[in-house]
This record gives sequence, structure tokens and C-alpha cells, in this order.
Amino acid sequence: MRSPVRLERRLEQPKWLNWVVPLASLVAALILGAIVLWITGKNPFDVYQRIFERGFAGKRAFSGALEMATPLAFTGLCAAVAFRMGLVNIGGEGQFYMGAVGASYVGISLGGSPTGITIILMCLGGMVFGSVYAAIVGVLRARFNTNEIITSLMMNYLAAIFLNYLIFNSKSFWRDPDSPQFPKGKTLSARADWNTYSIFGVNLPIGFLIAILAGSAVWVLYKRTRFGFEVGVLADSPKAARYAGIRTTSTIVIVMALSGALAGLGGAADVGNFRGLLDAKGIQMAGYGYTGIVVAALARRNPLVTVVVAIFIGGLTKAGYALQGPNFPSGLVGTLQGLILFTAVAGEILIKYRIRMTPRRSEVVA
Amino acid sequence: MNSNIFIIVIASAIFYGTPLFFAALGGIFTERSGVLNLGVEGTMLIGGVTGAWTCLHVGGSAWFTITVSILMGALAGGLVSTLLAFLCITLKTNQTVAGLSITIFAGTVGLSSYLANIWKVSRQPVPRPIRKLDVFGLSDTPIVGPILFHQTTLTYLSWVLAILATIYLFHTRIGLQLRAVGESPQTADAMGINVVKYRYVHTIFGGMLAGVGGVFYSLAIVPLWVDGMTKGAGWIAIALVIFGFWRPSLALLGAYLFGALQSLGSTLKARNVKISGDLLDALPFFMTIVVLVLVSSRFAHRKLGAPAALGVPYEREER
Repeated sequence: MRSPVRLERRLEQPKWLNWVVPLASLVAALILGAIVLWITGKNPFDVYQRIFERGFAGKRAFSGALEMATPLAFTGLCAAVAFRMGLVNIGGEGQFYMGAVGASYVGISLGGSPTGITIILMCLGGMVFGSVYAAIVGVLRARFNTNEIITSLMMNYLAAIFLNYLIFNSKSFWRDPDSPQFPKGKTLSARADWNTYSIFGVNLPIGFLIAILAGSAVWVLYKRTRFGFEVGVLADSPKAARYAGIRTTSTIVIVMALSGALAGLGGAADVGNFRGLLDAKGIQMAGYGYTGIVVAALARRNPLVTVVVAIFIGGLTKAGYALQGPNFPSGLVGTLQGLILFTAVAGEILIKYRIRMTPRRSEVVA
Repeated sequence: MNSNIFIIVIASAIFYGTPLFFAALGGIFTERSGVLNLGVEGTMLIGGVTGAWTCLHVGGSAWFTITVSILMGALAGGLVSTLLAFLCITLKTNQTVAGLSITIFAGTVGLSSYLANIWKVSRQPVPRPIRKLDVFGLSDTPIVGPILFHQTTLTYLSWVLAILATIYLFHTRIGLQLRAVGESPQTADAMGINVVKYRYVHTIFGGMLAGVGGVFYSLAIVPLWVDGMTKGAGWIAIALVIFGFWRPSLALLGAYLFGALQSLGSTLKARNVKISGDLLDALPFFMTIVVLVLVSSRFAHRKLGAPAALGVPYEREER
């Protein structure tokens, strides 16, 4: 028996599909989410309405969405940059932590410098820490052909343990010596506070502007430079790349380092713009690195779209935090994000394939 | 004699290694059919929370409750991996991202936590935990007692499964066909093997084993449900599949090695050995990386390598 539905590879991929399919997957995810809610005895309309109100509607909610979108845009870019080359960096989480460690080191040390310079140096600190941490994964992949998915994930756990060590189990530079009873990070000097601008009553963190800048830079790098072209060739046809003399090994390491630098930048923005200290528990709870994968998948790896999608997922996440309580169980937003990733992945099929209904034999004969 | 540190470490390595082995064995079945399941962590968590809920709500004798809990955990794991199978096999999506989406959907802050919340099982001690047995009253026997005769039922079941799985994979016709599907689906298809069916069945069965692994966490190791309680065990299990070169026997050894690493912390702490807890916590993750680097060398791959079609969706009309 043949199945009546057949998948047929598209020879050409129409442009409009690139927009319609992600939107359709979003709608599909919301419908699936509604089913989950309904099965578990919640009113889906009520839940979605509250998410919309707390996540997006009004100036305060939208400020919150942008706040949450800032780290997510960076971790989304981190995942997108690696995906573009067929590398799966799920270590954005750990690279984000390391970026926060590097940036807070700079922020604590440079108490006296002017704010502008401090911000730039904190960004650099975050990028260096994040990129070195990711480059380890890249080197292992490039030199020993070690599966980067698992190593980058293991590095997340190691980074989390390192973070706990710095704040809870040692007398490190990052730990506040005045609070021995309740271990917490040392507060950054006031000059290391990143600016937040108010535009029509909406708070726009400078970190988000840096994310837009970073997204644009990645777009230019991948679309307009020789390096970006080489990455594309390597992704689509490693053999052709080797014949063309593209250096696979170093490109893998560079792309991983770049990916980690973006996550590290996110860690810097998180410390500078929002937390003002190395908050070991807080950034582990947030799980920005994992959510970034959802952002990148929904944006279909496009760096500019990634930043926009981050606002949407950011609002969703923020609403999840704000609403958490007996009527709004904590795992709900994560479940929705997972469903969005599901449908985004499944949606890829509609871009690559055409769905054909094959008529039954008997009907054809008649 | 039996309080000797080595004996304690070996005995608890087997205890802590048991869920790792269940998940890794599931991974072996799945990957042998050519499907890569990166959703193991999420699958284990769903199995774990379902098992805990069942144990809290199903009465009867201890044996009955525990058996039903394990079966429910397996069922839940099977359901989750059915989703993965649908994405990977029917929709032919990128298997890496499909697996990740399972782990994010079901994982620490996803459905497993949501279910725990609405079912109100968070941090509720389960009334009937899986206990270690005293087999033939031999648990006090020097050396072998704690290691061989003082383990849980699931551990003994896992030994049986390891043997059965080896026979199944390497000494039966179906096992041979399964490996053919994983190595070269085109050839298998030409031979008249139903590639889609083989992949579905083994992916779902693999997920069921991962679910059982999750139940071991919430019913035996802790034994209560805590969000994200597998703490990366699912990922270590995926590494164990590679480390065990897709063979149940080697995966069993690997699982016990990592079980030892995981239990080392609590064992040493109980002995008042002064050593950094963070360092011990980091050990399994660090060793996973080291081991992966070692086995991904070219020699190891050529000799005992991965199924050739692993991670590649099968499309009948393409070459």
C-alpha cells in the first residue's frame, strides 16, 4: 500500500516561503500549545491573552520584551553563526556564562574609567572569554573530529560548575567579601552600568543596540565577504571546499570562536545592562543559551531576523517570568518554546519539499 | 571488608550506572537503525516525572506500584520518542535539531517541569521507592555481596537486557536487518526490508528504555522528583553510545565507569575525604569530553565505527 501523501523535493525554493513558513510554524506551535493547555485543564485563550498582555502590550511590557531580547539576540546569533556552517554549537549557554565572567572582571576592575570606555572593554572581555571557551570545542572538532554537539554541551555543565565555584565555593575576585553569609557577586562600579535609553516611553537597553550592530556585522560577514562565501561552500559541500583550497580546520575554529564571542557579548550585556554583578544562580536559571537555539531556528539562521525573533521570544519569556504562579506553572513557557522549535524544524520540510497527493490507482482508472 | 572504599565505589558505580545504561542501550537501538536521538535528556525527564506521578497515585503492593510506575515511565518515553521518530523519519527533518527540540520541549524548564507542577509531584517523596534487594540473603558476602547481590531489580533486568540485546543485534536475522537499515538503507530497502518500520520501532523502543532510565532517577536514586534531576545524564548516555562503539556490552562497562565518577563525590564526602566537591561534580562531564576525543580518533572509527547512515534521513527516490 502506498501512502496517499508524498514528499517531492522542490527544484526551486520560492522566496515567499521563507517568510510564510516560519509564521505558519509559529501559529501551529500556538495551536499545539493550546492543545497541551486544554488537556491539562487550562483555558488556552486565557493563558495566551495573559502572555500577550504581559509580554507585548503596552510600553512597560515591551520594555520587558526588549530587556529579555537582549541576551537572547546574542545567544541566537551564536547558534545561527555556527548553524550556517553546519556546526551545532549548543554551548552558547556556557559561553554566555564565561562572557559574563570576563565582562564582570573588567567591570569590577575598571571602576574609575569613563562609562563609554568601560562598556567597550567589558564587551571585549566578554568576547574573549566566550570565544576562547568555544574555540576549545572548535579545536577538538577540527583536530580530532570530536562531535561538537556533545562536547559543547558538556562544556555548559563545566561552566556552570565553574560559576558556582566562583561565587559560592571560593573567595574569588568575583565574590562579594562583605556578604559571607549569603554568597553573591561583587557589585560592579556605578560607571560600569550600561545605558538604557527611553524612546517614547519604551526602555531600549544599549545592549540591544549592540545586538543589532552585531547582527548586521554577521550579515555583512556572511553575505559580502570572501570568508562568508567560504563558510557557505564548506557547509554545502565540504569536498568542493577542499578542492578549492579552503582551509577547513581553521575555518571551523574561527566560526566556533566567532559563535562563542557573540554568546560572550551576550553575557557582557547581561552583566552590564541588567544584573550589575556576576549572578551565578540567576543566569543559570535563565537558560538563555538554550532558548537562543529556538530563536536561531525560527529565524532560519538569518542574523538580522534573529534579532527580531529575539524580541518575540523575549516577550514570551518575560511574560512567563511575570506570570509564574499557581495558575501559570513554570514549565509552561519552556514547553511553548520547545513546541515552536518543533514546528520550525518541521516547517523546514515545506520549504524543501512539495507535498503531493497521489491519487489512488482505482480512481485513475475510473 | 565490605566497607572497603573500592567495594563501595564499585557497588555504587553499578547503582548509578544503571540509568545511564538503560538510556545508552536505548540509544544503541535507535542509532543502529540510523536515527540520531539527541532528545534522550528530555525523554528521560518525561519518563522520570511520569514514573513519580504513577508511584504517588497507584496503590497496591510495592511490587505492583513500582512495576506500573516503570511501565508508565517507559510508555511516556516511548510517546516522546514517537514525536522524534515522526520528525526524523516521516518529515525527514535535520535529526540534530529535531533531537534538540525534544530536549528543549520536554527538558528541565519544559514539559517535564510543567507536568511536575500541575501534577504536584515536585519534591514529594515517592511512597514506594525502588530498593536494593538482598538476593538469596547474600548481600553480606565478602566482596561480591554488595557488588552482585545487593542491587535493584532494574539493575538485574539491565544485565538480562544487555545479553538479550547482544544476541538480538548480532545473532538474529532481525538484528542483522536492523544493522543493514542503519548502514545502508538503500540496500536494505532493495532487499525488501521496511526501512521506515524498522526505524520507527527501534526509535520508539529506544525512547522507552530512556524513560525507564528516568524512572530510576525519580524512584531509586533520589527518590523523589526534582526538576531537571537527570542533570545531563541523557547527554552522557549519548556519549556512551559512541564510547561503547554501538555495542551493549561495552556500553555497560562505560555506564559503570561514569556511574563511578558520579557516585565518587557522595562516597568520598561520606568518608570525610577533603576534596573539592566542584571538582568531583565536574569529573563526569570532563571525562565525557576526554573519552569522546579518544574514541573519535581515526583508528577507532574505522574499526568499530558508527552506522554509516546515522543521522541521514532515508529518501527512497534519491541517491
